[in-house]
Amino acid sequence: MSNTLLSLFGSELKAVNLGLESFAENLRANGADAIQVRWKPPAGGDIKMVEILDRLRRQTAVDIDAANAEAASRILKGKPTLVGVGKALDVVPGMTATTVLHSGPPLAWERMCGPMRGAVIGGLLYEGLAKSREEAEALAASGEIRFDPCHHHDAVGPMAGVMTASMPVWIFENSSFGNRAYCTFNEGLGKVLRYGAFSEEVLARLKWIETDLAPVMKQVLEAHGPLDMKNILAQVLQMGDEGHNRNRAGTSLIIREFAPHLVRLGEDPEKIAKILLFMHANDHFFLNLSMPACKCTVDAAKGIKGSTVIYAMARNGTDFGIRVAGLGEQWFTGPASMVEGLYLPGFGPDDAAPDIGDSVITETAGIGGFAMAAAPAIVQFVGGTPADALEVTRKMYEITVTENDSYRIPILDFRGTPTAIDIRKVVETGILPAINTGIAHREPGVGMVGAGLVKPPENCFKDALAAFAKTYAP
Amino acid sequence: MKRALVQKDSYFDSVFLMALSKKLKASPGLSDAIVAMATPMNIELLLSQGFSASELAGGSPNDLVIAVDCAEASSVDAAFVAAKELLERKQGPSGGLGSTHEPTSLAAALEILPEANLALISLPGLYAAREARKCLESGLHVMLFSDNVSLEDEIELKTLGRGKGLLVMGPDCGSAIINGKPLCFANVVRGGPVAVVAASGTGLQEVTCLVDRLGSGISQAIGTGGRDLKNEKVGGIAMLMGIEALSKDPGTQVIVVISKPPAPAVAQRVIDALAASGKPSVVHFVGLAPARAKGGTAGQDLHGPLMASSLEEAATMAVALVGKAGGKPVDGAVAQPDIDAVAEREAKGLSRSQRYLRGYYTGGTVADEAMFLLHGLIGAVWSNNQVDPAFVLPDPKTSIGHTIVDLGDDVFTVGRPHPMIDPSTRTDRIEAEVDDPQIAVMLVDVVLGYGSHADPAGALVPALAAARRAAKARGGYLPVIASVIGTPGDFQGYAAQVAKLEEIGCVVMSSNHRAAMLAARIVKKAASS
Repeated sequence: MSNTLLSLFGSELKAVNLGLESFAENLRANGADAIQVRWKPPAGGDIKMVEILDRLRRQTAVDIDAANAEAASRILKGKPTLVGVGKALDVVPGMTATTVLHSGPPLAWERMCGPMRGAVIGGLLYEGLAKSREEAEALAASGEIRFDPCHHHDAVGPMAGVMTASMPVWIFENSSFGNRAYCTFNEGLGKVLRYGAFSEEVLARLKWIETDLAPVMKQVLEAHGPLDMKNILAQVLQMGDEGHNRNRAGTSLIIREFAPHLVRLGEDPEKIAKILLFMHANDHFFLNLSMPACKCTVDAAKGIKGSTVIYAMARNGTDFGIRVAGLGEQWFTGPASMVEGLYLPGFGPDDAAPDIGDSVITETAGIGGFAMAAAPAIVQFVGGTPADALEVTRKMYEITVTENDSYRIPILDFRGTPTAIDIRKVVETGILPAINTGIAHREPGVGMVGAGLVKPPENCFKDALAAFAKTYAP
Repeated sequence: MKRALVQKDSYFDSVFLMALSKKLKASPGLSDAIVAMATPMNIELLLSQGFSASELAGGSPNDLVIAVDCAEASSVDAAFVAAKELLERKQGPSGGLGSTHEPTSLAAALEILPEANLALISLPGLYAAREARKCLESGLHVMLFSDNVSLEDEIELKTLGRGKGLLVMGPDCGSAIINGKPLCFANVVRGGPVAVVAASGTGLQEVTCLVDRLGSGISQAIGTGGRDLKNEKVGGIAMLMGIEALSKDPGTQVIVVISKPPAPAVAQRVIDALAASGKPSVVHFVGLAPARAKGGTAGQDLHGPLMASSLEEAATMAVALVGKAGGKPVDGAVAQPDIDAVAEREAKGLSRSQRYLRGYYTGGTVADEAMFLLHGLIGAVWSNNQVDPAFVLPDPKTSIGHTIVDLGDDVFTVGRPHPMIDPSTRTDRIEAEVDDPQIAVMLVDVVLGYGSHADPAGALVPALAAARRAAKARGGYLPVIASVIGTPGDFQGYAAQVAKLEEIGCVVMSSNHRAAMLAARIVKKAASS
């Protein structure tokens, strides 16, 4: 029994010190290894949360650690595959001619922020459901349009995330579990629908995507065969991308994958050149592939009884929300925060809209901000150094269940990215998920004004934990 | 004033430039600054903001444009210079790969030091038990310095630890020495064959220092926390685990057990465990006469423990047993002053009104040792630690009659550090009572070692000297008897601390027991005079 104690006597003393720092210093002065923990009260000293954490630890109704291990293992087993291109109305579950899907948790027209409203207007104009901005606004407010989160339809959308019936979508399948995910095509930078722009130019581009780009991509993909996105994501992390705010390597890899098949289509070279130039000019072409790849990966953890792992994080410019594996489809929301970051020339914090978009699905799956160490080039968005990028990733290991076995970070000795966020750990440590993101202009139609890091509202994690305790340890 | 400057063929990453613009904007005299590549989009934007078309003319996407808006024309050139300096600035070493991640949690700390085997916890009591549990679950032995940990938590932690073979020292464990390393409040003692398991912090310190002073040394000194033996529900879990491990520890020849009076059933288990250890052992239960401690069954036979009557005797017996066990011989008794002569000398100047002993202690166990020894011997002794309810100090902050006060008691440590760290608790108390004409002798402890004040004797002597002067002014004399718990290895220096006390006329005895005995003789002389 006390063999362990006896073996302590025979080994070198190595101590972890929680509390008075001088105790660690004294040990070091005597030649012992001692590491000081920069300890903070759990849950920021929120006694109610500490009580809930303790209650969950003591309860025996459900093995949370085992449930989380299962959730993490499903996430790791996920094999996101790009399998096709289709029309939203035809392939996205529950899509109708008068449905407008949007990013984030559920949101009524009345509560939508500027860019979200702009995107909705653009979507209605694009579908021909309205002829003018005014008509579109009236229609949106009339109750005849069904607004629903992308997440409720196995879909994700960047920024406003607006998806309507005629839009072409990428079709993803998690080939390990058979579940699917959908995402629209990325429109490029500047004045685009996802940032709330709905000018002629924006609608024309959307039409070109529908009539030119998507059919070509569909044929290319048919020629290429299903594309293993797990492999591609693993590669991009080794090429300086993190799959959310930096997608330069990812976009380049897609061009490499598709180029031979594009050429073989025998289309007008100008048409093909235009498509290649479009992809080349838009580093975020890949974002709309990495997002559904992540979505179908983490969705496999949905509904695992007793799991505190997050399977969705999303924001709509008004609310930030999370969903927890063991708590079904319920959203736990808090106010969308302002983004800390850098602004494009001519813009500043006064121009920014609150945090928006489903792209935080990348962080939910263990890339994006969680893989910041892989993308030191973009760390300046947060005014930091490459060392800070490493720090961001290292911190995320404190709130996750596992390390990814495919997505690895060279500079951390190829350590797997921190994966499967545990709300217990978030609440206990007070460390919030690190989220990389773009910044939208608060007025519809202006577009991207910057990029940076955003802190999600702490209360949604606490509320989720309280609900979890109510469900499993009443 | 808006001015723009195009710098040909200078490519910079756009994110780098965004960061740079932000830095530049912070320069004095600038109301706005944009440093960007001269793409058509950026040129258009600058034009729309009122920058001069002629200045921007000829800019291509491979060129850099620095656009500044200054309140004063004179600031423009300085702003351009500042921008160029920022552009050319070489990055210093950023830490890069070698950046040290400061762990904010146990889990993160264990990633950095995966071979850690012990956790020291001195967090607020509210959180200490939670962290201790996590440490045990991570396979660490725990020293829980924190107090205010509930009995339920203590039992849960110790039971959890025992199941994993992990030791939980504490809660409220102030001192330990593991593998020669001093933990929390502990002294630098020689390594050697004597192991101590103590349910008391200063008891452990006194015994380990005396063993050192007697020429032997310490293998391990395990603290258990005060409730380990006292409370039957805890049942001596830490003590029994310690004894069992020490019985197999090749570095340990003799085991010494120190505790305040334990629950009888627990005492028996401890004595049985020592008997079963196969090693010579010594027990001292502070405040319990050896005859009572023995109990009915565990006799002082060859295999059972020796019962010591004081901390000093426990140390002496242990060192003697080492000799018997074939270890290092005892290098003789420590030189003591001729106690009768000293008592005679110190009592001589006492005036008639001087009748009472006052013990001002920072160490709880040594305070108890003195209290139990003197209560009855010199008459009733009042104390905040009294077990006889009739003599519990009505106001712990005021001495009456013979008083021995433990200034480390919770009453005195609310909102201020322990008096071993902050001597002012004691000096304030002494200063408040210097004008009491009934004080006949003052008894103090001075605790050295890690954790303690850097110069406890130096901090104490002004108050002692003032008390002596006040007595003299009243036509009397105030003997001050002290003992110093410490070793030459302690950073405060044993000899230097003793010298500071002797310099003002204190008598420094080699142990608390002897100091208390000397004080008793003096006070008896006062009473008989």
